[in-house]
Amino acid sequence: MALLEIRDLQTHYGAIEALHGISLTVERGQIVTLIGCNGAGKSTTLRAISGLIPVTSGSILFDGKPLVGVAPHEIVKLGVAHAPEGRGIFANLTVDENLDLGSYLRRDRDGIARDRERVFELFPRIRERLRQNAGTLSGGEQQMLAIGRALMARPRLLLLDEPSLGLAPQVVQTIFRIIREINAAGTTILLVEQNAHMALQTAHFAYVLEVGEIVMQDEAKKLAESDEVRKAYLGVA
Amino acid sequence: MLRMKARSLELSPPAWTILPRNLLALVVILAIAIMMHAWVRPAVGNYYNRVMMDVGINIVLAVSLTIVNGFTGQFSIGHAGFMTLGGYVAAATTYYGSQLLWSKAAFFGGTLSSNTAESVFSAGLLGGGDLLFVAGCVLGGCIAAGAGYVVGLPSLRLRGDYLAIVTLGFGEIIRVLLQASGPQVTRTADIAAKNPFELTTALGGALGFTRVPIYTTQFWTILFGGVTLLVAYRLKQSSMGRALLSIREDEVAAEAMGVKTTRMKVLAFVIAAFFAGMGGGLYAHQLGQINAGELGFMKSFDFVIMVVLGGMGSISGATLAAIVLTVLPELLRGVAEYRMIVYALLLIVMMLVRPQGLFGVREAWELIRPLTRRMFGSGAKA
Ligand SMILES: Nc1ncnc2c1ncn2[C@@H]1O[C@H](COP(=O)(O)OP(=O)(O)OP(=O)(O)O)[C@@H](O)[C@H]1O
Ligand SMILES: [Mg+2]
Repeated sequence: MALLEIRDLQTHYGAIEALHGISLTVERGQIVTLIGCNGAGKSTTLRAISGLIPVTSGSILFDGKPLVGVAPHEIVKLGVAHAPEGRGIFANLTVDENLDLGSYLRRDRDGIARDRERVFELFPRIRERLRQNAGTLSGGEQQMLAIGRALMARPRLLLLDEPSLGLAPQVVQTIFRIIREINAAGTTILLVEQNAHMALQTAHFAYVLEVGEIVMQDEAKKLAESDEVRKAYLGVA
Repeated sequence: MLRMKARSLELSPPAWTILPRNLLALVVILAIAIMMHAWVRPAVGNYYNRVMMDVGINIVLAVSLTIVNGFTGQFSIGHAGFMTLGGYVAAATTYYGSQLLWSKAAFFGGTLSSNTAESVFSAGLLGGGDLLFVAGCVLGGCIAAGAGYVVGLPSLRLRGDYLAIVTLGFGEIIRVLLQASGPQVTRTADIAAKNPFELTTALGGALGFTRVPIYTTQFWTILFGGVTLLVAYRLKQSSMGRALLSIREDEVAAEAMGVKTTRMKVLAFVIAAFFAGMGGGLYAHQLGQINAGELGFMKSFDFVIMVVLGGMGSISGATLAAIVLTVLPELLRGVAEYRMIVYALLLIVMMLVRPQGLFGVREAWELIRPLTRRMFGSGAKA
């Protein structure tokens, strides 16, 4: 059984249908990426998975359990963590407090302490900035904090929404290296990206979303070589 | 590695220490309240005694409003509504209660509730009357908390200006309802003859509820103020408090962390309304009367200003602002009518110079620590 199985997912914002019935599968231990243009519905898909917006129809199975209609905090408890678009950092709280909120629903003191250590190993910069207000971090550091904070929930499935947004190329490289490290340590990742180049290099499997519909899906390597994707998303003539 | 572990343990002390830690704080608050009442009150005289009580009551109101406006970032401008509601409930409880129990609404308290006792230890500290008074205040707090729940519900769907309008409307509804209530029953025989439920609507109407026995003293304002501060501070330190703050920072992200945002927002209203109701009880028993007409929007606005000036979310900031904004009008006695102008100017200057308020979301000591560190240095590793 796959870790995440979405079937015919439909969502609406008011009267506007944002997803027209998409299906996708995330296998255990993989990095799966969802690429597409602005407004394709990538963030909407992640929001639907973590229960932040209502679902019109279709099903979302996480580890065999249905997520549709389940409250967001229950979904976090089941093991899905979401680093939202635009990072969603708590700017006036310290880095430390941001991390604490990541483990908000957990009560296992020792496990939390261990995961903090792990986050510090992945992002040494965060340890140095613990006492600082998160809003004073650089964009790259904020992204690291957003990912670190999501890891504090000790998720089995990590949803990342455009982690490379607005970052310098070197920082993007670092972030993607860390995403691979997190995955190598056993966390399954669903990665939403506009940076198709990096995403296809990093992921095992990829889906292409266009205005609310999946138009292509294949192993990431193969998609990266396909003509359509090269033209539309990799900017190769 | 070891150091990190020790630190994070220090951050969240074991659960079993919660009671002892708070007991100690409560004992300290109680001791301060008794000492202030026993020695400072007789020394400073009536006028300063009254100002100090005003400060205590305003701290209760400003700090409780901080929980809604400061912590969760909702914008309530109806806080005086909860105060009024709690005040009337408390006043009616002591007034009608005294009439029924002792056949007259007079003072039946101990020295802790007396503003005239020469020596606090010359007679009993507590009597039956002040117990009735405290029960009335707690009941007022509970009823206000219930109203807080009802007002908090729209906060689930409404944000910003719209929620502000709802809270404003709530305050006005409370005022209008109370002003439309029946006349206060003053003859002991009539009170005894009536069904207690009828008395709940006999709240004095436009004349306000009067002849309330006076029980509020520095002892009670310091005790209630201290407890409000303690609860607010413990709340802020707790993971629940952090959850409230995260809602204000980014509601969607908070929800993604697993914070039950809807429940938390209503909870903030309930807690804040409870203390506002208790504060209303103190207010009514300080003046010996309470009139909804005098506790309208302008009163709510006073508390909003205290919270905004102190820094949205800063307990010490709201406390300091409550002290300054209570004492300042006393100093500016002659120009009392211009109070609102002074407030407005204060707000404008604050928004220009320090838009986050005096302390922002932080507490005074949290800001002092890095400052001293920067000044005296403690090595590169901070
Ligand atoms: N809160 C909202 N209310 C109404 N419409 C919305 C809302 N959020 C998104 N939409 C619409 O839903 C569609 C999909 O949006 P979504 O945010 O999922 O796109 P996206 O693929 O994440 O785009 P981007 O790469 O720009 O982040 C868009 O047409 C958008 O305008
Ligand atoms: Mg998006």
